[in-house]
Amino acid sequence: MNRITSYRVCFLLLTLSAAPAWAQLRIFTCEPEWAALATELGGDRVEAESAVTGFQDVHYIQARPSLIAKVRRADLMICTGADLEIGWLPLLLRQANNAAIQPGEPGFMVATDFVDLLEQPQVVDRALGDIHPFGNPHIQTDPHNIARVAAALSERLQTLDAAQADYYAARYADFSVHWEDAVQRWSTRAESLRGQAIVTHHKSWVYMIDWLGLNEVATLEPKPGVPPSTSHLAGMLEQLRNEDVRLIVRSAYQNSRGSHWLSDRTGIPAAVLPHTVGSVDGADDLFGMFDVMIDVLLEPGE
Amino acid sequence: MRLIFLLGALAVCLVRTELAVAQGNISSTAFNPALSLILDGKFTSYSGAPPELTGVLQGGENGAAPEGFSLSDTEVVASANIDDKFYGFVNIGFELDENETEVELEEAWLQTLSLPGGFGVKAGRFFSDIGYLNIRHPHAWDFANAPLAYAAFLGTSYADTGVQVRWIAPLDVFLEVGGEIMSGDSFPAGGRADSGTGAHTLFARLGGDAGVSNSWRVGVSFLTAESIGRESMLGTAPVGFDGDTDVTMFDFVWKWARNGNLRDRNLTVIGEYLRRDEKGALTLLSQPPLTVAYDDNQSGFYLYGTYQFRPQWRAGVRFDRLSLSTGLSSLPGVVVGSNDPERWSLMLDWSNSEFSRLRLQIDSTDLSGRSSTGLVLQYVMSIGAHGAHTF
Repeated sequence: MNRITSYRVCFLLLTLSAAPAWAQLRIFTCEPEWAALATELGGDRVEAESAVTGFQDVHYIQARPSLIAKVRRADLMICTGADLEIGWLPLLLRQANNAAIQPGEPGFMVATDFVDLLEQPQVVDRALGDIHPFGNPHIQTDPHNIARVAAALSERLQTLDAAQADYYAARYADFSVHWEDAVQRWSTRAESLRGQAIVTHHKSWVYMIDWLGLNEVATLEPKPGVPPSTSHLAGMLEQLRNEDVRLIVRSAYQNSRGSHWLSDRTGIPAAVLPHTVGSVDGADDLFGMFDVMIDVLLEPGE
Repeated sequence: MRLIFLLGALAVCLVRTELAVAQGNISSTAFNPALSLILDGKFTSYSGAPPELTGVLQGGENGAAPEGFSLSDTEVVASANIDDKFYGFVNIGFELDENETEVELEEAWLQTLSLPGGFGVKAGRFFSDIGYLNIRHPHAWDFANAPLAYAAFLGTSYADTGVQVRWIAPLDVFLEVGGEIMSGDSFPAGGRADSGTGAHTLFARLGGDAGVSNSWRVGVSFLTAESIGRESMLGTAPVGFDGDTDVTMFDFVWKWARNGNLRDRNLTVIGEYLRRDEKGALTLLSQPPLTVAYDDNQSGFYLYGTYQFRPQWRAGVRFDRLSLSTGLSSLPGVVVGSNDPERWSLMLDWSNSEFSRLRLQIDSTDLSGRSSTGLVLQYVMSIGAHGAHTF
């Protein structure tokens, strides 16, 4: 055996011993919260990646080449559904030539299938803005919804990767206990917020508002998806003079001008709340996301 | 009569979809086809005569928009998963021509959903996947008119009936390879040569992200078409062509948005180079008809950038240039200009929502030594199903 061949054998052995004994499940999610959840539940048995980051508006993603390449190799695809990704997910699914993650297959999972949607419209008319006909899809801001999706996702992992089913079941049991404790903690901390008024940028906080008993008195967007206009903001100024509002809330990807304009004139603090994992400092995982959310709601100030 | 029936059926379908949605009884795997209607209208004004290309064999739909008010194709699109293995798509275009309504089946195809190994097959009538712009319908263009190279060499776009195979490599980088066999019925093919398999294409693309803010794609495509008695226009003169046409295309796309967030601001730069080689026999349909040997090539490119500077506003600039050979100038009765055609276009558009767009475009064209300026006001509206965010 010459020296080069022996190096090769040595390298091969090293590679094999360094690689995990199991094949990692490739999980591609539309949003970061599901990638974070998949990592919580799948540990080192899964490799989870999100199409969208915390700084991107999920409505405005394009089916770009890098995403097609990732969907091509995915074993499991998890998306919010309810038409949130209507502009790009169907295109990704068709372009990527991956039979395993087509709707109807075990490799395709829609989170909103496991959650009761709020704001299901009676009338579907685009004159009312970019309305999602199945209901408001921004479900991830209520930790109870995360728990519901977690149960379904763990089952899915156990189906897809049966050899590791015990591992996934144990991780889910562990996660559930910690998550329930955390939800209890967040709910208790936020007790004083019940009934308080907030202003939001987009109708993307309804599940948090429902959970914490907040009161959404206005949105900066005159209609869902339509950017804040000067006349709409001026109208809000009149309205908010007589209201006791705690906070003006927006997501990291939303333009800050509308919030700041209103905040400067009303004295109401404006803040970025973590709408997903990785969107603000400290929201590095799902626990951190809700920790920061409650922190900011209790002590606003940018 | 047939038109009224079709529109009536469509109205029923739309109402049914609306009802089903209102009752909340359809899921994300809706059984109903996604239906949409595209409205596309223009007002066009030229200083001087509308610019017409000369010195190149043209076919398909390549004319500049007529002056004044005009409608581009009004399209009806229906698509859905047929079952768990197939997806289907139909696009029917309605065109007004001297107050007669012409119906054109622009696309009607199926696509596989569950082939193993990263393969996908498409069959039917479709826009060929060569180049960047070819597969896009005019309402999805970033400018009001086609690049000169597409108008001159592909008859605006190459659509034909046939079958396509596409494969995506299982890599971190996007690598797509594909090919098509087409009937050879449409320009730049013609006459359904080779027993109705007269045109072949091959294409390959590579793409990915560079950091979180940049995305890119590069591609190369080839179209080989055999023609039997293809009708072409040389300026205003009809010409027959028998022989082989090869089109070679290079394209690139680069898109930037801070943090990859397209909502507020984003920049797109796209360019394509096309070269068409033709070898065969030309028949001038003069009296008496005259057949001459013909072997020539022409090339051209376009380069454009669009910048979305506010959520609803985009501005764009495009440069077009063709290199037309003088091989045709020796033909009797053929006038070929001396210049290589050039055009600058400036575009500004406003989109109230993803479903409506108003556009202003100014073209400064220098064709064969004759300059003209064109002004286009355009609306593009879509009703029904949400459009796709293609790269």
